[in-house]
Amino acid sequence: MQAGKDTLEKLICETAVEIKNADGLHMRPAMQFVDTANGFDSDVTVSNGETDVDGKSIMQMSMLAAICGSKLKIRAEGPDAQEAIDALRELVEEKHFDEPMPKK
Amino acid sequence: MKFIDFVCFEAIIPELQASDRDGVIAELILSLDKAGNLGKGKCKEITRAMIKRENEASTGLGKGVAVPHVKHKSVKDLVAVIGKSSTGIDFSALDKLPVYSVILLVSPIDDPDRHLRAMESIFRHLQQEKFRSFLRQSRTSEQIEDLFREADENPSL
Repeated sequence: MQAGKDTLEKLICETAVEIKNADGLHMRPAMQFVDTANGFDSDVTVSNGETDVDGKSIMQMSMLAAICGSKLKIRAEGPDAQEAIDALRELVEEKHFDEPMPKK
Repeated sequence: MKFIDFVCFEAIIPELQASDRDGVIAELILSLDKAGNLGKGKCKEITRAMIKRENEASTGLGKGVAVPHVKHKSVKDLVAVIGKSSTGIDFSALDKLPVYSVILLVSPIDDPDRHLRAMESIFRHLQQEKFRSFLRQSRTSEQIEDLFREADENPSL
């Protein structure tokens, strides 16, 4: 679920992700997210449907209270928006922050 | 989640004696223990676990506040306490500045969702400049308790 919209130099990309690690987006994963986001020039906004926060701020990311199974929307705006979205989606959904998934 | 649901107001320390990070953590955990919030005789164990967690990555997220926390099997319900230092503590914070307000949280291992909801409440308010400056100006346990109770009623604080 990705969409790219090409403007002159500014690219806007969005993706929806699901939190898959059992402990959810607690401080350590939130820091990994912020570190990854800060590696890009694009602005990153994350939404849980109620609150929109700056994906480059650890304090704001800690406000999302995203538990395992939560869905978040990530939006990047800037020259490397597509790369930012790809890296963040991989971190959340494929690597699930290098943390265990729930036991089923 | 409201602060009154998980903050132990009885254990608040309005002027911390310790002047270093590990001392502050030990002092606050001891205060929670004295108020009867931790498993019997687990005080030192929880302190060690929290310092270990802090060494992995600082919970001093900047702007003079730190939120040291740990999940530990000996606690049945999540509990938090507040400590203040007028001189400032070196928490190896992200912005390298000293920490004046500490909110310390101990959570059980098997309820990660409640831990996240408590963190959300804490950062929703720490995010606000007004809340941070009121907290920093509070001098007594009563003032700190009033501030947290008021924050529960007033989302913009």
